[in-house]
Amino acid sequence: MIEPFNVYAARLLPSQELFAQGHRACQGCGPALALRYLLKALGPETIVANATGCMEIISSSWPETAWGVPWIHVAFENAAAVASGVEAGSKALRRKGRIPDKKPTVVAIAGDGGTFDIGLQALSGALERGHDFIYLCYDNEAYMNTGIQRSSGTPFGAATTTSPAGSKSFGQKTWKKDLAAIGVAHHIPYVATASIAYPFDFVEKVKKAAAVEGPALIHVFAPCPTGWRTPSNLTVRLARLAVQTGMFPLYEVENGKYHMSVDLPFLKPLDDYLKPQGRYRHLTKDVIAVLKKGIDQRYNEILEKCEANHE
Amino acid sequence: MAKAAPQSLRKGIEVSISMAEAAMQANVDVVAAYPITPQTHIVEHLSELVADGRLDAEFVPVESEHSAMSACCGSSASGARTYTATSSQGLALMHEILYIASALRLPIVMAVANRALSGPISIWNDHGDIMAERDTGWIQVFVENGQEAYDMTFHAFRVAEDHGVLLPYMINFDGFILSHVIEPIVYWSQELVDQYIGLYEPMLRLDTKNPITMGPVGIPDIYLETRKAHDFVLRESKATIVKAWDEMEKLVGRRYRPIETYKTDGARILLLTMGGVSETAMTAVDALREAGLPVGLVRIRLWRPFPFEELYEAVKDCEVLGVVDRCLSTGGPGGPVASEIKGALYHKDKRPKVVEFIAGIGGRDVRVEDFQDMAKKTLSVADGAPLPPFELVGVRE
Ligand SMILES: Cc1ncc(C[n+]2csc(CCOP(=O)(O)OP(=O)(O)O)c2C)c(N)n1
Ligand code: SF4
Ligand SMILES: [Mg+2]
Repeated sequence: MIEPFNVYAARLLPSQELFAQGHRACQGCGPALALRYLLKALGPETIVANATGCMEIISSSWPETAWGVPWIHVAFENAAAVASGVEAGSKALRRKGRIPDKKPTVVAIAGDGGTFDIGLQALSGALERGHDFIYLCYDNEAYMNTGIQRSSGTPFGAATTTSPAGSKSFGQKTWKKDLAAIGVAHHIPYVATASIAYPFDFVEKVKKAAAVEGPALIHVFAPCPTGWRTPSNLTVRLARLAVQTGMFPLYEVENGKYHMSVDLPFLKPLDDYLKPQGRYRHLTKDVIAVLKKGIDQRYNEILEKCEANHE
Repeated sequence: MAKAAPQSLRKGIEVSISMAEAAMQANVDVVAAYPITPQTHIVEHLSELVADGRLDAEFVPVESEHSAMSACCGSSASGARTYTATSSQGLALMHEILYIASALRLPIVMAVANRALSGPISIWNDHGDIMAERDTGWIQVFVENGQEAYDMTFHAFRVAEDHGVLLPYMINFDGFILSHVIEPIVYWSQELVDQYIGLYEPMLRLDTKNPITMGPVGIPDIYLETRKAHDFVLRESKATIVKAWDEMEKLVGRRYRPIETYKTDGARILLLTMGGVSETAMTAVDALREAGLPVGLVRIRLWRPFPFEELYEAVKDCEVLGVVDRCLSTGGPGGPVASEIKGALYHKDKRPKVVEFIAGIGGRDVRVEDFQDMAKKTLSVADGAPLPPFELVGVRE
């Protein structure tokens, strides 16, 4: 089988920018790239429910908007519930012949804070009820909009403003919550991790998510130079290194079956990924060793699940 | 084909069930709701109506009231006629989203079975839940009986969806003492309902053919103007509210006003009530009038937008007003209704004194004798007794 992202070329993506330039994101913003690719994959027949967070703030400062598709923002913790309502409303109106019978793709967008933490209940409810929608979590690994506080998506060892490094602390002491596994536990048809460094893979996954009937969850890794204390020109490189070092494996889970999206013959040294980032600058060799062990263990778990499918 | 003449049907039915059936007659498109006593019979019945195919709607069994109101926002924004119901803790959990629903100008209709707030946890009736939501920017009406609860469901859709209004509408009805009683209710024929509310035509909706951005950031340069516009449209909605009541009177013969008065002619003192206790208060007034005492009653139906002129007109000629609150403003001025009434009267040259009672808290019974007692205390102030501090009616010291 040909890996879909190998057959893509940039010119095959639509040139239409439904997430327009001119928004207020920082230079090198990873999540903004994710949104741009998302809408290139979905096209204009899309309705977005966006949680409060960086992407909502930078894209919708009245009287301007970056959105070329219908878009609604209600609050922080409820993107999945708002999307449920949009989906239900659109379904009822189509069934009753009140609007043309053309199903739009409904997509909820939220950050790691709006997904892993405060929005987890609404997400679980919407997945369990089986609404036909895509939930896109863009993961920049902290609450960036409010000033880089930790979330349960912040990785072990990273310093944030509420998991600071100090003489008695090496930063975040907990491990990143396994969002994809939570999605899989709902037995939904499609779950995938993705990265802005692998745009064609991401676009392909978004298209698959839109095509399945029922809920789909995509967890896209998107570096934030402001919050990670990294140069803005390293965003895509760091996102790629996160995959290549095993920090953020790319895989999809179709009807419960795991499949690795990028097969790595070997993992690159973790230091390549950590070194350029201010949020990891304080880490000692000992802590890095603990991080490495944890990351390898999680990576191998995913590998095992993927291999189990091929037996 | 000739249309059958509109028929009305009188039924003995539980008030909650009649409200759910009114929502069915209103042909709602989406119901997103979460159960809580004493609202449960409404959502249970609506899900049954959907399950039986009597109502063609999406019933979204959300995992919380926060998500109920959030899903209602999404549904209403998509252009669907949207209904929900809640009470007490559920209303409190919706709090954050209530402000956003109204600021987004979404004509959601919600029934609130008024119940005390925890703690301690209490499933019984008072107005503590809704008084915490006074300033959410919704139209808020209090009904007195089952017929009114049923009628007001149609009024709610009619007013909320009016393009000159486009605001969400809360129908407040007292938990248990109204929600769970069986009353004779005159049903509207479907023709009458269709004539009165028709189909919802959204002014703006989430439509891929005409993409709009709903709920953008309000920078300091625009936030204030947005709030002013919201306040303006809520105040102005009073005209549409009254007009829709006038039309209802023409259709079904029942007359509803923002403020109602009862035996106020020649009254030296008036009691003031809101909601289901009003009927008990009327019985008390009847007895006192029979005994020759100059007392009457004023009832507030329209709580938001607050009917300042109508209220003043109703109370200006009495000497003392005894306001019966159903909520305690803890550590504050006593009762929230009384403090609003006092605020509304403060700048008037001619105004009654205000005596404050807080009654029926957490399901404590308010009997006819209690109202008689309140009226007599109010009358004693008119006769020169010093103004007492607010009284928690029936409290054991
Ligand atoms: C109920 C509530 N709590 C807190 C906030 C403040 N708040 C707004 S955005 C945000 C963090 C968002 O983090 P994330 O979801 O990761 O998105 P990001 O800003 O990183 O893109 C917080 C804490 C809020 N708006 N609402
Ligand atoms: S803080 Fe980070 S996520 Fe937010 S706009 Fe800037 S770069 Fe993007
Ligand atoms: Mg974040």
